[in-house]
Amino acid sequence: MMTPAEKQRIQKEFKEEMDYDELLNCMRCGFCLPSCPTYIETGHQEKHSPRGRIALMKGVNDGIIEPDDDFAHSLDLCLGCRACEPVCPSGVQYGHLLEDARAILQRNKKQTVRVKMLRKGVFEQLFPRQDRMEKVTGLIGFYQRSGLSKVARKVGFMNLFPESMATMEKVLPEVPRRSEMKQRPRYFEHEGEKKATVALFAGCLMDTMFFDTNNATIKLLRKAGCDVEIPENQLCCGALHGHNGELEKSKEMAKRNIEAFEAAEADYIITNAGGCSAFLIEYDHLLKNEPEWADRAKHFVGKLKDISRILVELDFQKTHRLQLPDQIITYQDSCHLRNVMKTFNEPRILLKAIEGVHFVELEGADTCCGSAGDYNIVQPEMAMQILDHKMEKVADTCAQIIVTANPGCLLEMKLGVERAHKSNEVRAMHIADVLVEALVNE
Amino acid sequence: MTSKLEKKLNKLKKQLMEITGSENVDDSTSGRLVYSYDATPNFQALPDFVVSPRTAEEIAEILKLCSETSTPVYTRGSGTNLCADTCPLKGGVVLLMKYLNNILELDKENLTITVQPGTITKTISDLVEKEDLFYPPDPSSMKISTIGGNLAENSGGLRGLKYGVTKDYVMALQVALPNGELIRTGGKLTKDVAGYDLTHLFVGSEGTLGVITEATLKLIPKPESQKTILALYQDIEAAGRSVSAIIANKMIPVTLEFLDQDTIRAVEEFAHIGLPTNVKAILLIVQDGPKEIVDRDIHKIAEICREEQAVDVRLATSDEEAEELATARRSALSALARLKPTTILEDATVPRSEIAAMVRAITEVAQKYRVRISTFGHAGDGNLHPTCLTDARDEEEMKRVEEAFAEIFERAIELGGTLTGEHGVGATKAPYLEWKLGKAGLDVMRGIKQSIDPQGIMNPGKVFAETGKERMVTVK
Repeated sequence: MMTPAEKQRIQKEFKEEMDYDELLNCMRCGFCLPSCPTYIETGHQEKHSPRGRIALMKGVNDGIIEPDDDFAHSLDLCLGCRACEPVCPSGVQYGHLLEDARAILQRNKKQTVRVKMLRKGVFEQLFPRQDRMEKVTGLIGFYQRSGLSKVARKVGFMNLFPESMATMEKVLPEVPRRSEMKQRPRYFEHEGEKKATVALFAGCLMDTMFFDTNNATIKLLRKAGCDVEIPENQLCCGALHGHNGELEKSKEMAKRNIEAFEAAEADYIITNAGGCSAFLIEYDHLLKNEPEWADRAKHFVGKLKDISRILVELDFQKTHRLQLPDQIITYQDSCHLRNVMKTFNEPRILLKAIEGVHFVELEGADTCCGSAGDYNIVQPEMAMQILDHKMEKVADTCAQIIVTANPGCLLEMKLGVERAHKSNEVRAMHIADVLVEALVNE
Repeated sequence: MTSKLEKKLNKLKKQLMEITGSENVDDSTSGRLVYSYDATPNFQALPDFVVSPRTAEEIAEILKLCSETSTPVYTRGSGTNLCADTCPLKGGVVLLMKYLNNILELDKENLTITVQPGTITKTISDLVEKEDLFYPPDPSSMKISTIGGNLAENSGGLRGLKYGVTKDYVMALQVALPNGELIRTGGKLTKDVAGYDLTHLFVGSEGTLGVITEATLKLIPKPESQKTILALYQDIEAAGRSVSAIIANKMIPVTLEFLDQDTIRAVEEFAHIGLPTNVKAILLIVQDGPKEIVDRDIHKIAEICREEQAVDVRLATSDEEAEELATARRSALSALARLKPTTILEDATVPRSEIAAMVRAITEVAQKYRVRISTFGHAGDGNLHPTCLTDARDEEEMKRVEEAFAEIFERAIELGGTLTGEHGVGATKAPYLEWKLGKAGLDVMRGIKQSIDPQGIMNPGKVFAETGKERMVTVK
């Protein structure tokens, strides 16, 4: 329960910090309602819609209502998928409003010592330190390889965790050895005709748990004619921090990343994680109040592209023969890749270019799968409800491969396959891995 | 005093919970706030309760209780209306239709569909089109709005010119009355003169008489084909003249939409579909029917537009492109909102022959009161949407905006038109209603209201103004 003093403080900070023009920009037409997964899943509850949440923020700002636990719950239940933004004719920047509101609530939240320590550990000590990410991932690798995982499953250790976490443990990819991660070079030469120099944003999770997918990405870029550099000193993008109300930390990380990539002097900065790219592309917004960084952030943002977009721009699918055994394939959009990066045709173009594959569009591919960063951990019930509905639609496609373009979505799809007991029939894969598998003459 | 009021509310809450179950009565702060508004700017008021009934019988019971306790009732679907009709101006109960969203029957022999009021309009439209049938009314909000809201407002849409509006497709209703009775009006009948036409009394009554709990809608066969063209103009009035010329040539297109330059630019900025932003006005014209007739009409319409100084006439080359254009047009109002903090739109309507005169009048009024007005709308049926781009925080400008709209209403009525073509009177136009109906006309409405809702619980503060506006005399 919030105390009166807390409520007052939150209200004051809303007045001082929220962008009132942006709140006014919502003219309450409701065009966002059908696009909002939580509005649909809660049986059309306005407080779980973008229009409702903006009205609540404005209500607090205007002093019509006090912020209370219901208010916080309404913001917490938002996936942050931002599907409401492309459908908003007025162009309301909902994601920015949500981020600012969450930062105020987070700052004023009374937390148990345990949660505080855990947040501090994760947000300050783990994600901003790639070496530590590697170590933790190394531990997971040890757990998997040593047979401990089998023992743990057998003795029912995982039953102590919520069901979604326990299933998640089963679907984690086999992580590489730490030595393998350490030995990868930082520069790679193009193959064939040279077309561009690119710098890879490796990502904290992508470069540890999904190390192989990063390697696949590098391979595709080289084949498309790119010299590839993986700049040193790059960090996690800061999205998890930003989405969890830890904006100051994400600003620091943004600055370190901008510096790291300035040194590389590449034509483009390439990502293969929709969630990261959507956060990276808003570094200019994040740093808008810091004059010495604003221009550098703009420059950084101007170079950013998703792997599928650069491949299509460089005609990769026309210059390389792609083939897989006859099967049905479908694609689940990464919300942030679609709604913020506006990249949604390119993955489909690439997948349709694979011979032998019948591409079937997934109904509702443009709506969130329930992963949404750490949403499936903090809001497990809603996340599982959304995921199960998603898997019903996947079943309708009869696809043998579900392709995604973001690590969170990929894990969620694997989780969905496992929950639907389909792990023998259906594979969930990152688009880079699919394309490498489809390369002919390899 | 406070405790007396609290006691009364607590008692009412208990009684409401007995009817619907406690989980369907919400009096939390955030629960009430999110039903304190609709799509009308500058209207907000918190209800005391948000109640979600599951059946018509529950609704009837709630209305009886509210009559007995003189509690205002505001029926709400998706809250997309544009005249503050779902804003609970006097507190009380917001009645949510979220559970009543089932399609009850598709009758292919009588060509009707029977639905509950909370059904989304587009769901109905999509369902019947799969069966090669057609439900023509298509308000711009059809993807979000509920059919109950469409019925209460008698909504129009882009196809009004050829196919009419919501009221033309309603055959029967079930209605809950303030006295707790449920009545059925009409039937699946083409001919039915048994008594007053109560069906059409409730359609367009804006929630001031009762709650529509079920509706049987008329369907027609789906047109075989359709074609869309865009005519571009550098002169707004030339576009207006084209509209009159098309109709005078005895052609009734499905859609004949007008967009001015501000609107074109705002829509293009949102939709990115390649609308020409360097022209002063666009007409979006759609014809449907058998292919030969569509081809003939579209050819002739294009010729007329060119004769009236259209600088270019473009044909949409695919169904997707045509759909994109229609969708873009539907976003016009909300897209305009990106230009200024507050957008206030009206829908003054004139006989279609007067459309060019009305366009001219709007331009003059905007200049006279120094306000920025963008105009789009259903030019073919004389229903324009002059939209004022302003900022509610600027009190002095807001006053001029109000004066400008009063004069637009006045001019529309002088041209034989009306205050509102399809958005409803609600709270926004209630003070002006007498200008259109006259005192005696308004008294007839008051009498009807009194006989059905003697306690005045249904949507109070709407349609009937507490104080009217003095009618101004315009200087020509």
